[in-house]
Amino acid sequence: MRDFILRSGVYRPVTTLLLCLAVIIAASWGAGLLVFKGDSRVFFAPDNPQLQAFDQMEAVYAKSDNVAFLLVPENGDIFTKENLALIHELTERAWQIPYASRVDSLSNYQHSFANGDELVVGDLVPDPSVLDQPALEQLRTLSLNEPLLVKRLISTQGHVSLINVTLQKQGVDPEQELTDISQYARSLQQELQQRYPDVGIHLTGLLMMDVAFVEAALEDNEVLVPLMFVVVFLAIGLLLKTVTGSVAALVIAVAAITVTLGVAGWLGIYLTPPSAAAPIMILTIVVADCVHILSGMFHEMRQGVTRHQALYNSIKHNFKPIFLTSATTALGFLSMNFSDVPPFQDLGNMVAFGVMAAFVLSVTLFPALLALLPVKVSTQTDYQGSPLMAGISRFVLTHHRRLLPGSVIVMAAMLLFITQNELNDKYVEFFDQSVPFRAATELMEQELSGVDSLEFSIETGIAGGIHNPKTIAAIADFSDWLRTQPEVDHVNTITDIFKRLNKNMHGDDPAWYKLPDSEELAAQYLLLYEMSLPMGLDLNNQVNVDKSASRIIVTLKNLPTYQLLEFEQRASDWFANQYPNLQLNAASISLMFAHVSKKNIDSMLFGSVIALILISPILGLALRSAKYGVLSLLPNLLPAGIAFGVWGLLSGEVGLGLSVVIGTTLGIVVDDTVHFINKYLYARRQRQMSPQGAIQYTFQSVGPALWLTSFILIAGFLIMALSTYRVNAEMGLMTAMTIAIALIVDFLFLPSLLLATDKAAVASQPDAEIQNPETAIKEKLTC
Amino acid sequence: MLTSRIYAIFAALLLVSSSGYSTENSGLSAEEIGLNIAVKAKQQDRGWGDSQADMTMILRNKNGQESQRLIRTSNLEVQNDGDKSLVIFDEPRDVQGTAFLNHAHPLGPDDQWLYLPALKRVKRISSQNTSGPFMGSEFAYEDMSSFEVEKYSYKYLRDETLNGHDCTVSEYYPVDKFSGYTRQVVWLDKTMYQPVKIEFYDRRNSLLKTLIAKDYQQHQGKYWRPAYMKMTNNTNGKSTVLLVKNYRFGTGLTEQDFNQTALRRVR
Repeated sequence: MRDFILRSGVYRPVTTLLLCLAVIIAASWGAGLLVFKGDSRVFFAPDNPQLQAFDQMEAVYAKSDNVAFLLVPENGDIFTKENLALIHELTERAWQIPYASRVDSLSNYQHSFANGDELVVGDLVPDPSVLDQPALEQLRTLSLNEPLLVKRLISTQGHVSLINVTLQKQGVDPEQELTDISQYARSLQQELQQRYPDVGIHLTGLLMMDVAFVEAALEDNEVLVPLMFVVVFLAIGLLLKTVTGSVAALVIAVAAITVTLGVAGWLGIYLTPPSAAAPIMILTIVVADCVHILSGMFHEMRQGVTRHQALYNSIKHNFKPIFLTSATTALGFLSMNFSDVPPFQDLGNMVAFGVMAAFVLSVTLFPALLALLPVKVSTQTDYQGSPLMAGISRFVLTHHRRLLPGSVIVMAAMLLFITQNELNDKYVEFFDQSVPFRAATELMEQELSGVDSLEFSIETGIAGGIHNPKTIAAIADFSDWLRTQPEVDHVNTITDIFKRLNKNMHGDDPAWYKLPDSEELAAQYLLLYEMSLPMGLDLNNQVNVDKSASRIIVTLKNLPTYQLLEFEQRASDWFANQYPNLQLNAASISLMFAHVSKKNIDSMLFGSVIALILISPILGLALRSAKYGVLSLLPNLLPAGIAFGVWGLLSGEVGLGLSVVIGTTLGIVVDDTVHFINKYLYARRQRQMSPQGAIQYTFQSVGPALWLTSFILIAGFLIMALSTYRVNAEMGLMTAMTIAIALIVDFLFLPSLLLATDKAAVASQPDAEIQNPETAIKEKLTC
Repeated sequence: MLTSRIYAIFAALLLVSSSGYSTENSGLSAEEIGLNIAVKAKQQDRGWGDSQADMTMILRNKNGQESQRLIRTSNLEVQNDGDKSLVIFDEPRDVQGTAFLNHAHPLGPDDQWLYLPALKRVKRISSQNTSGPFMGSEFAYEDMSSFEVEKYSYKYLRDETLNGHDCTVSEYYPVDKFSGYTRQVVWLDKTMYQPVKIEFYDRRNSLLKTLIAKDYQQHQGKYWRPAYMKMTNNTNGKSTVLLVKNYRFGTGLTEQDFNQTALRRVR
């Protein structure tokens, strides 16, 4: 059966080609069904408790989706006629943004004050054109003393201002809605920017983050994937000196990618920013299979074997190793199913599927293509072995007694730096500085307030419960406590409105700026105030409909994830301790990301262990030795550990992208080790070589292929590191680094380890063997 | 060939002119027809003097959770100005006894006072905002206030039968710049001259809310009032049902019952 398949590709290429094409086209058809989802919600499973809490919060109060315009006037003063005119105009125009349900700004802030026995409620700046200098100064004093405004809509110094647009998306066609909103907001921004050149207008907000997700993923696939194709083409072409080989390898890669995307489409899996990286990953890994087959074929052809026979021999020899490495790689990626982030599960499954599809294609379609296409091999016939590999093996054999302890010390030192890593997954930093969303958001953090928020809902369970003086006092007490916390920039609380109304109702006497003392009074104040508010500026963002619960929105300073989690815990504990009979629920997008990245790291570690447990028996079987199975664990595990150590030294911030790297690299790293140990054992057992000779033999036979595939993999993942989407960029960088480290470990540490543990090697003198490397070089076998 | 086309155009013209309201308003623009209908509606409802009613508001959110409000209303017809109204809140308990007095004006802001029993004081409210939610419901105060011809400009659209009602369909464009709407599309029953359906379009001119009014009863042999109104918000899935019971006309209310001193006395 196996032989039949192998022969088909080589000797019945047209039939194989047509059959493969039919299957590929049928499978790829599903790609048309693929939907891209850029929503930040895709990062959370439907049963994610933080997502549920957040949805609950949004169902009770207003939605949190928003677009925000940050206005930074050059003159450093918001309180001028011109700048207020901009705020006024932008506020009015912002209502026209599709799905806008609420616009909050300095100008439409519902200001209330007493005028004798009259309560006046209205826009803070109804008409900026009539303001004279004293009026502007009065406005400045008033705004900068209003707790609901300062550090939310206006900076403490009054030099920047924010206009916040809350959106109520319908969710009928989320991608279209996203595009409609962002296009409108951007054209508004551009138009006003032209008319008000002296004020910087910047766009931020959760919706703009979703837009940034989509755009980053699009850019990756429009720029990085083609770039990757070019690199792969050049790498194969230059290293193996074949054009048709490169073309055939690319055809396989494209087929594997489209089949994977097609099957994903058929299965109803949607693409997300992380899973959009699947094509690059598949492309990178697929090429490795093809390189093995190509180099095997060329090797035979150089020895004078006919093209078809050489191809057949290469496929036959490579079938098992390619299957093994594909299986271990797929298992590594499948471990991503332990992730708590659905897009990573999709990514893992898609790449795992793509790798296995590539395996099938590389033993069917690939030989068929090579059989049909003209393949020439360079005339250089007597292959002298790789001088680079000879050099490395000589170096290792000479210095292995020092290399082993030396590398152990270096590796141990690097492992120590793992502790330098800390969990940090700020969604703002999901993008690099070139993305306008990040720039605008960081500007906002710098000039106005942080962007992370925490929402606390205090629930009494009784209709009208928040009118109870005790409850109001508890909310006020909690708000005051929150304001004393170093992490907090702003607290938006209903109790400020209660205090202000109480003052208004007592002729604006500052002595009455305090909480109403009876339930009825509080209820009647709110009734009065609510009847005076315009459409879209109601209290539903702070109080639920039956007045049984109230929401406090806390804006936080720029915090690392663990501090955010710690703060939430501290706040919840404080409240539970002080007011045990009131229920406090916390939710927010920031909190969702913080929890999921923390949980994800734990579950990915667990998943990697499971993958390792599954891969180990495969290794044991492949090597047919328990001892070497156990030994192989070291070079399999160390690279990821060292990479994290290097990361700790360089950056130290670990987020979602990095938590999956162990899974993605495990399978790839294992391949290298398997190839190396396998050849070493083959030389020792079958060829009865001395340990030193076996090392040289191993370097010569698998060294070039390992070097070449690692080079392509590193190049591929480094291209991913160019992504503006930092989750993918860091995943690419770390994977590339891990593979590079794995190669170094396999070339320096592993042979030293093999020599140190091989009793025969310990007993004998190495130098005699080194003088005569030809014994090894004569054995010209590819992997 | 040519003749058949002329016939077709002629037939189409005939169809247009014979259909709809334009038969009795031939030669008038859609705007004039719309205005005529509005004037007629106001005229038909003239002369009721004063009325009282009890209302139950049932607020429902997307998840089906309900919350209830009870209010009593009194209204006084005023010639040559907006009507006067008094709303007394009975439920929720904590706002019981709160009373809201409104003197509507066709143009310009209404005069509004609120009596807060907990404060034992009448407060005049100065706000041009009538577009916000009334007691957290899907009704805005502007949806509940008395109809005055001058509040809108009009455009007649078409005739249509809706749920068995023979209706005219017109667009109403609010004059007040503080209105929350760009327009309303009103289905007015041709015999009652009362709305059976209204669509409210927000500032972006997209459909925000839909009102259905039904169970109309005729009072005093003349005045039609609905017993059931349902306002559905098309963007957030919330709805409010307003049940009106106990309509009473000619109860002897006078101007004295609609001033600030009266506001303090309400129970």
